[in-house]
Amino acid sequence: MITFDRVSKRYPEGHDALREVSFSIKPDEMVFVTGHSGAGKSTLLKLIMLIERPSRGQIIVNGQNLKGLNARKTPQLRRDIGVVFQNHQLLFDRSIFDNVALPLLIAGYQHREIGRRVRAALDKVGLLERERDMPVTLSGGEQQRVGIARAVVNKPRLLLADEPTGNLDPALSAEIMQLFAHFNQVGVTVLVASHDLALISRMPHRIITLRGGRLITGTGEG
Amino acid sequence: MKRRSKTATAPREGASQSRTGWRDRLRSWFLHHRLSAVDSLRRLLTSPFSSLLTWMVIGIALALPVGMAVALDNARSLSSGWDSPAQVSLFLRSEMSSEAARRLEEVVRQREDVAATRFVSREDALKEFQQLSGFADVLRHLDDNPLPNLIVVSPSAARLSAESARTLQTELAAQPGVERAILDMEWVQRLNSLMQLSRCLVTALGALLALGVLLVIGNTIRLAIENRREEIVIIKLVGGSDAFVRRPFLYTGLWYGLGGALISWAAVSLTLWWLRQPLSALALLYQSNFSLQGLGPVGGLQLLALGGSLGLFGAWLAVARHLKAIQPG
Repeated sequence: MITFDRVSKRYPEGHDALREVSFSIKPDEMVFVTGHSGAGKSTLLKLIMLIERPSRGQIIVNGQNLKGLNARKTPQLRRDIGVVFQNHQLLFDRSIFDNVALPLLIAGYQHREIGRRVRAALDKVGLLERERDMPVTLSGGEQQRVGIARAVVNKPRLLLADEPTGNLDPALSAEIMQLFAHFNQVGVTVLVASHDLALISRMPHRIITLRGGRLITGTGEG
Repeated sequence: MKRRSKTATAPREGASQSRTGWRDRLRSWFLHHRLSAVDSLRRLLTSPFSSLLTWMVIGIALALPVGMAVALDNARSLSSGWDSPAQVSLFLRSEMSSEAARRLEEVVRQREDVAATRFVSREDALKEFQQLSGFADVLRHLDDNPLPNLIVVSPSAARLSAESARTLQTELAAQPGVERAILDMEWVQRLNSLMQLSRCLVTALGALLALGVLLVIGNTIRLAIENRREEIVIIKLVGGSDAFVRRPFLYTGLWYGLGGALISWAAVSLTLWWLRQPLSALALLYQSNFSLQGLGPVGGLQLLALGGSLGLFGAWLAVARHLKAIQPG
């Protein structure tokens, strides 16, 4: 599903965020990326999302070599990837329903289909009764669940999450991780960047560890 | 990207799916257009004061050249009634006798470039002047008739153009006994060229103000883009194309332009309505049945189209310039 082949990323100011990183993630796999802040976790996710381009090496996502994708094709790639952000990235002037519906609207679904899918996604994260409310009325954990509902509403085959439990207490964090594990069980490839080793080491999934932009463990060849 | 087989063995389901896919895409495209149009209008109406201010600025900027163009149109329709065929008035020397004058008239009438002549003797002219001017009493006290004999010459139809009328004027002026030959067409021509100049000025002013409208809308859209930067980033992150992001802003520009055009239409119509009464009173004093022509429905629709396209274009300029710069990162 995702293959990194000796990928390096150097930012224009000279900082090497990733050095010669190689790994691959199979379809249906759930993988954690961990490391201290600045180890390159976010850069790794940004490269998959085409928010950044690698300086060297090649990346294949969903069978597509990202090198061949120009700016016009970037939106299509992103539509096939569900993303969850640490700071939720919700639109606070729109209802919860409208927030979750956004990817479907972009992908061009019909009105009725949008309603059906949004309710299914909100049901999965346990927020079905709140669909008419505004995001500000929700707690941090609930906002994160709206973010997750938005990430999965389009039924992507790949789900990325960047520090999804960064601002949550341990109990809520575990709940959120369980949610990701649940999506993984129904066939979604999941890649979660998290520095919460205490939490992720208790889960039975591969862990990729980065330090100073280099990959330390978890190459996962084959 | 899935490849679609074109062979007859292709599953029927696949074919129908691709057809509905095309239709669905068109329908969802319309859906998003409708959503963008409604949503951008709703946004404008939720801050009515600042929106109205922008609408007023655009409206006034459009009303100025439009109002002047309407005034020019009225002036043209008024003056077209005066565009009579040219006449050359020959004022004869006062020492010339009436008989000599009659002979001269006969000579002029024989010319092939002259259609008709009319002799106005100095006595007739005085009588006419007394009647028309209202200075009858004053004129009666004059010892001497100050008016000269006059021959009014109408050029033949073939010589009605300004060029040949002027040739005729010079030739007649050279006739012995003619004090002055005056081409009556001149003031109409002067008026026409004056109006042409005014039209050029109005066009230049209009172009300048249209540029102003473009900049006002572009700047307003730029601020709207800045205000919604976060939203744009999120939409791009979840796969929104540039066109998807652009759409609501283009509609915002369109609404600004259309609203401004509506206001300028109202302003011009109101001004004309306000002028109508005093103008028709003035026209009555000049025994004219002149009445003011407004924009009319066609003119109004043209104004709306102009405003709408200015809005759309201004928004496009702003969007093309600023949306590219907003990228997730």
